[in-house]
Amino acid sequence: MSERTATRDGGGRERRIREIVATARGKRPRFRDEIVTMAHGAGGKASQTLIEGLLEPAFGSAALAELGDAGAVDAGGAALALTTDSFVVRPIRFPGGSIGELAVNGTVNDLAVSAARPLALTVSLVLEEGLESDALRAEVEAMASAAGAAGVEVVAGDTKVVERGRCDSMYVCTTGLGARDGRASVGTRAIAPGDRVLVSGPVGSHGTAIMLARDDLGLDADVRSDTRSLWPAVDALLDAAGPHLRCMRDATRGGVASALNELARASAVAVTVREREVPVDPPVAAASELLGIDPMYIANEGVMVAFVAPEGADAALAALRASPGGERAAVVGEVADDPPGMVLVETPFGGSRVMDLLAGDPLPRIC
Amino acid sequence: MRYVDEFRDAGLARALASRIASLVEPGRRRKLMEVCGGHTHTIYRYAIDELLPAEIELVHGPGCPVCVIPMGRVDDAIAIAGRDGVTLACFGDMMRVPGSAGSLQEASAAGADVRVVYSPLDALRIAREEPGREVVFFAIGFETTAPSTALTLRRARAEGVANFSCFCNHVLIEPPLRALLDSPDLDLDGLIGPGHVATIIGSDAFGFVAAEYGRPLVVSGFEPLDLLRSIEMAMLQIAEGRCAVENQYGRVVAGPGNAAALAVIDEVFAPRPTFEWRGLGFIDSSALGLADDYADLDAERRFPLAGARVADPRECQCGEVLTGAIKPWECRVFGTACTPEHAIGTCMVSPEGACAAYYNYGRHTRQREAVG
Repeated sequence: MSERTATRDGGGRERRIREIVATARGKRPRFRDEIVTMAHGAGGKASQTLIEGLLEPAFGSAALAELGDAGAVDAGGAALALTTDSFVVRPIRFPGGSIGELAVNGTVNDLAVSAARPLALTVSLVLEEGLESDALRAEVEAMASAAGAAGVEVVAGDTKVVERGRCDSMYVCTTGLGARDGRASVGTRAIAPGDRVLVSGPVGSHGTAIMLARDDLGLDADVRSDTRSLWPAVDALLDAAGPHLRCMRDATRGGVASALNELARASAVAVTVREREVPVDPPVAAASELLGIDPMYIANEGVMVAFVAPEGADAALAALRASPGGERAAVVGEVADDPPGMVLVETPFGGSRVMDLLAGDPLPRIC
Repeated sequence: MRYVDEFRDAGLARALASRIASLVEPGRRRKLMEVCGGHTHTIYRYAIDELLPAEIELVHGPGCPVCVIPMGRVDDAIAIAGRDGVTLACFGDMMRVPGSAGSLQEASAAGADVRVVYSPLDALRIAREEPGREVVFFAIGFETTAPSTALTLRRARAEGVANFSCFCNHVLIEPPLRALLDSPDLDLDGLIGPGHVATIIGSDAFGFVAAEYGRPLVVSGFEPLDLLRSIEMAMLQIAEGRCAVENQYGRVVAGPGNAAALAVIDEVFAPRPTFEWRGLGFIDSSALGLADDYADLDAERRFPLAGARVADPRECQCGEVLTGAIKPWECRVFGTACTPEHAIGTCMVSPEGACAAYYNYGRHTRQREAVG
């Protein structure tokens, strides 16, 4: 193979270019854009420059440098985890959920995948002048019900109203406090070669449900958001394979592909994914096929990836499959040492390709 | 998924690959151009090139609709979007294409009203819903997307939507192919023809490639097995010393094309005397503008536009990539100054661009092979 590539592609020069690209990729990204664009919110490379190039160096805390879903706080002997998230989804109600439910589950999940039992939430509401009270009431009830289901209390909150047009119906910010669980010691840098990569359920449902609910595509399909608390699944994982659990992440914006890239980078390992093993519901697969979007990059709100040492993988998979929404959990890949920081996909034909962070939002194909 | 998984079957792919291997003469290089960016995307995504014998070289062609838009046209689109009371509607791919002073994405962040749509009909809907705004659809694409733009204009006319117009950048596939085949440097042995364009214009429309240039062309679908089978068909022609236009994508493409689509193109558009292609320069009769009957819906006649020719950045080699003269990695700024995050050239922006496909999908495997 090497000789073939060398004769075909000019070998040395192509390799050098690749090395330059790989080196540049490994460097800390710089935030050098003149203005903020929508790409900075898409969870891909532009978001990475904002977080790693501006926020993390400015705040400089050790907890933030972990780039986890929640930060560790130790207070008076208590091992706590703290996280926060803002929700700006349009439309605010969609098949399978609504902004209120997302706002609770999203923050609960950031704690859960940090192996922290969710304890308490704060809720801040930014409301647009003219929002119908019934819509607000429905979302508050959705939050209360999701919090009840996840076993967390809302202990503080805030409300602001802005002029019509200054926000889109309503924005919700939630902050969550959790108790780090002693059954596992997880971290973004704890992933090691040999670890198995698990996905907790079918990917891409939430983002597809939102795209369809916006009715921009003129497609009709029964796709529902997967929004749910991941704590029961994490609790089961901790019981079944706690000491073998290395790292978890909920695969929200940017999808499973982005989550794997972030973790491969943080742990300086290579992640290999077998595309065919990744569960995707048929309507989601059909919609993404039609649009030319890879479901691996579509947002989820109730799916996580988990890295488990090989000796714990079977128990972890069984625990996930027995938890709500985890029936189709699967082992989708493995961790290797080289090339560090990269995610590779094995194609069905025995080749492999890179699965990189996207530069911005996934784009539908034109023709 | 039915009708998709069948075309991604690994066993059949390997069987096709070995049949292709049996068709090469050891040591005799054969150069095939895949004209369409969608094919380039499939080739990298499924690592198709790695299944082929060393003798077969795949060269990327000019068929990426975003890649061929010159900077001056992007600047004009940004100027339209920047006007008071104007909404520019465009496909998502166009948002990040660099003009001479930034992209539509940056113009949007700076306050211009730019909206991503999935179809020209969405742009018309915006115009209907917001009668107080001038809505301009930024139309791009080959013959594949021209009918949907044409139908939208016809509907706008029928409904009397006065605040809608089209900034037309539709291009034609034949002129750039002729330009490529006329060039003495690019010594192609065969072409893989663009399946989606052929859905509209028909496989017969490529007859000139065989009749006038003596090259085999196989119109191909977009799944991995489509491409492998098309490569096999092209190699078979070469091995047998034949040259013809063949249609691998028969489940979609007919010889004469789609008469209704061609009729609406004829009704709504008229060929432009000349049009600039990014990196290829001006090519005569290579693009469509709005026909005089539709002049009132033509954004170029509704708004004063600079229409200036803006030279590509000196370091950019998109033209050479689009004509298959160099490989993406041979460009002097590939992966250094030009990356998907900060693209200089269009080929690095669109998912169908050869540089983006190579950068996003290809680089590691090849690196490992070259090293190992």
